[in-house]
Amino acid sequence: MNKEIYTKPFFLGNPITVLVLGICSSLAVTVQLKGALVMALSVTIVTACSSLILSLLRNTIPTRVRIIVQLVVVAMFVILIDQVLKAFAYDTSKMLSVYIGLIITNCIIMGRIEAFALGNKPWPSFVDGACNGLGYGMILIIVAFFRELLGSGTLFGFQIIPASWYLENGGWYMNNGLMILPPMALILLGCVVWIQRSIQKELQEK
Amino acid sequence: MEYLNLFVKSVFVDNMIFAFFLGMCSFLAVSKNVKTATGLGLAVIFVLGITLPLNYLLYEYILKPGALAWLNPEYATIDLSFLSYIVFIATIATFTQVVEMFVEKFAPGLYNSLGIFLPLIAVNCAILGGSLFMQERGYANLGEAFTFGIGSGVGWFLAIVAMAAIREKLAYSNIPAGLKGLGISFIITGLMGIAFMSFMGIQLPF
Repeated sequence: MNKEIYTKPFFLGNPITVLVLGICSSLAVTVQLKGALVMALSVTIVTACSSLILSLLRNTIPTRVRIIVQLVVVAMFVILIDQVLKAFAYDTSKMLSVYIGLIITNCIIMGRIEAFALGNKPWPSFVDGACNGLGYGMILIIVAFFRELLGSGTLFGFQIIPASWYLENGGWYMNNGLMILPPMALILLGCVVWIQRSIQKELQEK
Repeated sequence: MEYLNLFVKSVFVDNMIFAFFLGMCSFLAVSKNVKTATGLGLAVIFVLGITLPLNYLLYEYILKPGALAWLNPEYATIDLSFLSYIVFIATIATFTQVVEMFVEKFAPGLYNSLGIFLPLIAVNCAILGGSLFMQERGYANLGEAFTFGIGSGVGWFLAIVAMAAIREKLAYSNIPAGLKGLGISFIITGLMGIAFMSFMGIQLPF
């Protein structure tokens, strides 16, 4: 198995910044690092496992109904994740609300299954799914890091910017409230894309 | 009147794209020109308007805790709501597939302009998101579910057509190389989201 399968999803073939997949259910969960981390892990597990299963089934599914079969397999894993989160991390599950369910329609999963798992052996498909999930998670975590730090002055809920710096305590610092609002996630993501494409010039669009 | 209020609210205030980022993947991929954007937008309104009431009925009479009581009072303790993801996505996928076949057979003209988008819609997060929001917010009756479905669809339609119009003009502007294409689209969507936030808290005066 070639090495590209491991490295491509992180940079040159990153699902979010290059392939433009899976933006839907991801941006609303990046207000806090914790939500982003849980989402990244859930997506990685679902992508890897469903790629594995569908790669095993790839020769038996009729093409006409393959989308429904894929969706059912993916939905099964998402239900598992949802139930586990509800049982062991109820607060996080409440915070992510419908976005856990929306992993089903996350285009990364369908995209990887269509583009890779249906034409490859199970083990490479599993690795490809997992690496794409992690590549997606990496971007989520970068965006969430800046949004939480600049928007609420915390990381993982711990205060990072000293309380004495704040205006109300006689300091000079103020949180950037705009960072908490949904549109800022998109603008930050635009900046991430900009930085990546300035470094990797071959990705630039004409 | 409360239907009108709900409609306006789901078009502008709870706009699927600008407030929840649902359906971003196809939003970014298909908004390159106004004509195709209109086609996809109409298809989304249609599918949301039909699948939302369908899923409402399924949830109300089969999945909700105690929903099976209409069959036999003994079933009142059954809670099938953990199955809702799989049922919702199966309804959506089946519906889009059936409509695609139907349109292909009986209205080839319509199929050429709209049909190609139907398989895309099965994995559009806005559609599943609509059903999940309907479940979470607990709309009171079929009329409300239908109004919410059509309203969200119209909101999505407005967003994608506006975006396509802006992107057509963008072709003539001078953008930094790394920001061209994807990067600037993210930032514009973010700015449009900020503009749409001015609708927040609107209540119609009746």
